[in-house]
Amino acid sequence: MSAKQRLTPHLARLESEAIGILREGACAFRRPVLLYSIGKDSSVLLHLALKAFYPGTPPFPLLHIDTTWKFREMISFRDATAKRHGLELLVHTNQEGLSRGINPITSGSGLHTQVMKTEALRQALDQYGFDAAFGGARRDEEKSRAKERVFSFRGPGHVWEPRLQRPELWSLFNTRIHPGESMRIFPLSNWTEYDVWDYIAAENIPVVPLYFAAPRPVVRRSGGWIMVDDERLPLEAGETPETRMVRFRTLGCYPLSGAIESMAATLPDIITEMRAARRSEREGRLIDHDGEASMERKKREGYF
Amino acid sequence: MAAKRDLLRFITCGSVDDGKSTLIGRLLHDCGLIFEDTYSNLRTDSQRHGTSGDALDFALLLDGLEAERQQGITIDVAYRFFATPQRSFIVADTPGHEQYTRNMATGASTASLAIILVDATKGLLPQSRRHSIICSLLGIRHIVLAINKMDLVGFDAARFGAIVAEYRHFAEALGFQDITAIPISARRGDNIASLSNNTPWYRGPYLLAHSEAVDVAADQADKPFRFPVQWVNRPNASFRGFAGIVASGRIAAGDAIMLAVTGAQSRVARIVTAAGDLAEAVAGQAVTLTLADEIDIARGDMLVAPSARPETADQFAADMLWMGQEALLPGRDYLLRIGHAWTTARVTSLRHRLDVTTREHKAARQLEMNDIGLCHLASLQPLSFDPYAENRATGAFILVDRFTHETVAAGMIRHGLRRATNIHRAAFSIDKTARSERYGQRPVLLWFTGLSGSGKSTIANLVEQALFAAGRPCYSLDGDNLRHGLCRDLGFTAADRVENIRRAGEVAKLFLDAGLIVLASFISPFRAERQMLRELIGAEDFLEIHVDASLETCMARDPKGLYAKAKAGLIPNFTGISSPYEAPENPNIHLKTGDFTAEACAEQVLQALRVKGIAC
Repeated sequence: MSAKQRLTPHLARLESEAIGILREGACAFRRPVLLYSIGKDSSVLLHLALKAFYPGTPPFPLLHIDTTWKFREMISFRDATAKRHGLELLVHTNQEGLSRGINPITSGSGLHTQVMKTEALRQALDQYGFDAAFGGARRDEEKSRAKERVFSFRGPGHVWEPRLQRPELWSLFNTRIHPGESMRIFPLSNWTEYDVWDYIAAENIPVVPLYFAAPRPVVRRSGGWIMVDDERLPLEAGETPETRMVRFRTLGCYPLSGAIESMAATLPDIITEMRAARRSEREGRLIDHDGEASMERKKREGYF
Repeated sequence: MAAKRDLLRFITCGSVDDGKSTLIGRLLHDCGLIFEDTYSNLRTDSQRHGTSGDALDFALLLDGLEAERQQGITIDVAYRFFATPQRSFIVADTPGHEQYTRNMATGASTASLAIILVDATKGLLPQSRRHSIICSLLGIRHIVLAINKMDLVGFDAARFGAIVAEYRHFAEALGFQDITAIPISARRGDNIASLSNNTPWYRGPYLLAHSEAVDVAADQADKPFRFPVQWVNRPNASFRGFAGIVASGRIAAGDAIMLAVTGAQSRVARIVTAAGDLAEAVAGQAVTLTLADEIDIARGDMLVAPSARPETADQFAADMLWMGQEALLPGRDYLLRIGHAWTTARVTSLRHRLDVTTREHKAARQLEMNDIGLCHLASLQPLSFDPYAENRATGAFILVDRFTHETVAAGMIRHGLRRATNIHRAAFSIDKTARSERYGQRPVLLWFTGLSGSGKSTIANLVEQALFAAGRPCYSLDGDNLRHGLCRDLGFTAADRVENIRRAGEVAKLFLDAGLIVLASFISPFRAERQMLRELIGAEDFLEIHVDASLETCMARDPKGLYAKAKAGLIPNFTGISSPYEAPENPNIHLKTGDFTAEACAEQVLQALRVKGIAC
């Protein structure tokens, strides 16, 4: 542990709550896993998991669903992180989707997400027999997330039924499931985007450099900046990559992640910029705009 | 003081259309927390689903589920987050409709303040009272009475005063610490983030100012030390720590602690966290304690201050809010979670149902979804707890259905019951083993379950004759016969059926103890009760026999003419006609009486007993 600032009472409370949830998931389930998506929320989640089981190590592996379209910097950060902490890292790609040639550019974001993320996740959970999966989702991200439980029950086939959610009183979580059923667990449910960055700053948690502004090769698309991370991004007629000072508020598949123009190159800069922001973080995610209730539909099908 | 005022969790409640979601949307808007892209979505949504004409409908920010947006109502609890320089807020926006009361209680369980919204044009409604009573029951002590839609009554001070007076009178008995009444218009923003010019007669604070200032200083830290052990951390042979969150009070290295259930004592050696050892930990902190002595402690145990022990009992009285689709059945076993302990518990008696509009106590035999009642419960293992009114963290429990795993109840313990404490089992020298050896047989319970007319009693009678002829001490218990005596007071409602089976099980257990083979013929339609029997008797000695004939076959046989009566509507709650039969999933013996004679089925039972080395 590096020297850290004292947490505010608010962050300390969120931290303790999340640690309690992580321990609960580890105790109550036969084979839990931590969904590690490499973003800032996953970084916080992993940091909390390391704290929760100290002086032991987290009694579960990390799982990354790799669509093969993540930023290269994300993949190197992922591998370095797992190695640094000596944690088991499982990487799963939907091979069947890959051989069908599903990709975020010509297949469309909807189909790509369905096959390479949602289906891939279900495949991995089934293949390893995980009965509980921790995720870094927050209730402040999106409207249907605001209604999701901390311990969110999934029926056979990983289906989420929003109208049949178990009431969740106090912190007395109902962790009971039958074989074939599973639980998604969200220790960061009550955190906001502000809290995540404040905590990263206070605890000095490493994050992917893509969150910080730097000159990057980008093209302008649907009002956002798309980074040309490798040669697979087809350029449209008259489109030439230009170098801009940009950064990302959320990270996913690079052709679907819009950057914002920014000069914020340090954590304090990012926090200052965010407090002045007038646009939500998910705006940069093209997959959320597919339909008014698109997140709820994806989640019902098993998306995280 | 600043350190204490870190976070306020509150809940908004009131009747449908009182404007709960609109109020929260307004608070988020006035705190500058609605982003531009959210605005543009809201504009589209307002035109499609909105109820505010051309104006923005803030409620659509919160009603996130498709069904909610289509019906224009809130179904589930939504949590929203906002902050001002003075405080962070988590608000639970909860449904107003009566059928979603359980979701309102969910929001209330973690809140310390409630905003009760009342529509100024309608005045207090039954839901306003209902929600206030639920808030009180769930331990909320701070109330904001927000009289909304004041613009529609011309900001009339007299109208405001009349509603407030009526509410204060009603709420006198609810034990709230403070009630702050504020005239507002959520849609127009009056008295939300600033004082309104439309209410010059109002001298109090605006809503946001009050929310920032109200002192709910959770005094959890000032209560006796309670530490429910969540997890035993044993990374290697030299470290054994007890991980959990301090539920109340504080603890310092060197302090004496006690294991609540057994009274075993030790001292805290270290308070371990990843950021280094602490000298002291207080309520809300996640820590790992190591102790000076090796005492046997497991997940679910509670460490407490020896000077202030909680109650420990296996029978207790509790207020329960029923949330299950199926009604609460006294006598049925449910899973109970308190702290990190799971056990099995049943309601031994339902003292009364609370009329949540009038606060009257009504007699009841069962609780339906959204009902609240005072119950006596018995648990398999003794539990350590504090009365909920004294400590929300150690006095609350949930009940979970053993088969569907649905969360069926929220419970708030009032006190332990001493009845069981002074009744100890007498130990006799002649026990089940001695009798079993004398008779040279293994006492077992043959439990025949099936529809009326399926052939239970007929087959049991044949089996008993064969056993008796072979010199086996045995006895038949029959559902109809028991109902003439021991169970004469019971009817055929689901609740009475559960109690009927419980009594039959206890009687069977006594006969087994006497060394007999017992044959019991009961419709016993519910899986849960047959599971209860299996656990009461022990799986080794319990043989579930499904006497299986189709409903059509049983109706055609109709030996007692009951099906004809039931179909004519003369017998309510008749299994197979107007009451369900849950067939066994894995019976020990499966008899298909539609296909085989009673004699063949009896032989099948005897053969199974021979295979098990039990008889004949």
